[in-house]
Amino acid sequence: MIQVFFQFDFLRYSLYTGLMIGFLAPFLGVFLVVRRLSLIADALSHITLTGIAFSLLLGRFYPLFAGLNPLYMGMAFSVTGALFIERLRNVYKYYKELAIPIILSAGIGIGVVFISLADGFTNDLFHYLFGSVVTITRTDFQMIGVISAVVVVLIVLFYKEWFFLSFDEDQAVISGIPKKALHFIFIVMVALVIAASMRIVGILLVSALMTLPVASAMRWAKSFKQTFLYAVIFGEVSVVLGLVLALHFDIASGGTIVMLNVIILLISLLLTRKRM
Amino acid sequence: MTKESQAQPALEIKNLSFSYGKQNVLEDIHFTVPQGSFLGLMGPNGSGKSTLIKCILGLLTPKEGSIKLFGKPIHQFHDWNKIGFVSQKANSFNSGFPATVFEVVSMGLYGKVGLFRFLTKKHKLQVREAIKQVGMEDFIHQNIGQLSGGQQQRVFIARALVSEPELLILDEPTVGVDAKSVQNFYNMLKRLNKERGMTLILVTHDIGAMTEYITDVACLNKCLHFHGNKEEFELQQEDMMSSLYGHDVRVITHNHDHHDHDHTHDHDHDGSGH
Ligand SMILES: Nc1ncnc2c1ncn2[C@@H]1O[C@H](COP(=O)(O)OP(=O)(O)O)[C@@H](O)[C@H]1O
Ligand SMILES: [Mg+2]
Repeated sequence: MIQVFFQFDFLRYSLYTGLMIGFLAPFLGVFLVVRRLSLIADALSHITLTGIAFSLLLGRFYPLFAGLNPLYMGMAFSVTGALFIERLRNVYKYYKELAIPIILSAGIGIGVVFISLADGFTNDLFHYLFGSVVTITRTDFQMIGVISAVVVVLIVLFYKEWFFLSFDEDQAVISGIPKKALHFIFIVMVALVIAASMRIVGILLVSALMTLPVASAMRWAKSFKQTFLYAVIFGEVSVVLGLVLALHFDIASGGTIVMLNVIILLISLLLTRKRM
Repeated sequence: MTKESQAQPALEIKNLSFSYGKQNVLEDIHFTVPQGSFLGLMGPNGSGKSTLIKCILGLLTPKEGSIKLFGKPIHQFHDWNKIGFVSQKANSFNSGFPATVFEVVSMGLYGKVGLFRFLTKKHKLQVREAIKQVGMEDFIHQNIGQLSGGQQQRVFIARALVSEPELLILDEPTVGVDAKSVQNFYNMLKRLNKERGMTLILVTHDIGAMTEYITDVACLNKCLHFHGNKEEFELQQEDMMSSLYGHDVRVITHNHDHHDHDHTHDHDHDGSGH
């Protein structure tokens, strides 16, 4: 079944992109989950939708923008949203989680306005919402490749600092770790990965790929390092199998990927008896 | 430790004041902690002990006054790995965090190792050594969340010790720890102080259990009510205690052999304060 992915260029791109996403999303997801920020992925994916919708709208009225990959605008919005979230978390010091519904609803609200103006729900939009195996282009693939490379380098460089900050922020600051800069880099990274994942899993389901594999991994892992290992394995398995199934049965790939993640989670819950 | 560095006090605080918004929490605090001493900092709940510690650690900026660490004003002080800290909050960290004892103690070296660098074999040996020192070597690959409160606290001590600090600050480290472990714990602190010459600041509101280990006492309740060595403190302690806590409170000097429920009682109302 998987051979078919190597017969067509566009399928090869989606497989490779899927492999990168299957690594990046759960990996960053581990940090998000242990910092109790898993909902940020939701907020950022919805603001990405606003960006996509804006790009589609521009393309409709200004032919100049029609050729522009909506991913760029999605990324720009996602990163801006990330910065707003950090800002709001400082403004509402004692209600930090409030930043998430604010950005999430703003994202959807404005997104829907743009979509309506751009004349409704096209097929294109459906792919962005739920992912697709067949719409990945060469430029998508290249852009996501660059993002992956940057993120991997950053993770290698700052793994220990992010680990410390997630576990115990005060202690990390005392030992001289630059908290603000690292949180900033991290959230921008998350925003980029969310925008990058959208082609494969879709805006509405990106956060699932960041959190479900982690939820399963935490049932098995005995250490922080192992949590990453399991999360990435579950992420990759679900993405690759999900793409194959999506192609075979002609379903949106986001759906199959999330379904597989739910199955992995259920199995993990059944086979492990750990209390979190 | 050389004679020259000993000349500088580990900590020197001059007319320090701090407020959260309009609420004054610390007023005109003045004291010095010489190197090699073991200070017990006591005061009732809400007296500003943790706030004072956060100022010393640079987590909060005081409204007025100066703090010097090893002779350097705090804003010019960069040797943060000379300072170890075990926070009060350690007991309420995210106990579902999927990290092992080894991983947690390793964090103690991250500041020292620095950005863009990785732990070497030698660092990993140091981590094992620190874990051994607190007697947790059998749990090295256990999840931190699965340990008892006392064991977790020992792990956090190991994390503070692994970078070999010269000044170790502990904010109510025995909250939630059973009485027997508390005694062992105090004995370990005493050894660090006596044998390694480590300067210690221990925040507690149960000074009675501490009197045989410490060398100096400071009593805080917004202002500093007392600061001096243990002998001076023992002469005035009845007055001190009633001025700090109100009337009719006496210090019970605990001895080693019987662990009464004074400890547990103290720990109970401790947990509610934050
Ligand atoms: N982050 C904060 N914001 C506002 N007030 C605070 C904060 N932390 C502590 N306080 C107040 O400052 C006072 C001293 O608190 P704290 O330093 O924690 O005392 P202690 O450690 O001696 O129990 C208390 O009245 C407390 O309510
Ligand atoms: Mg306190």
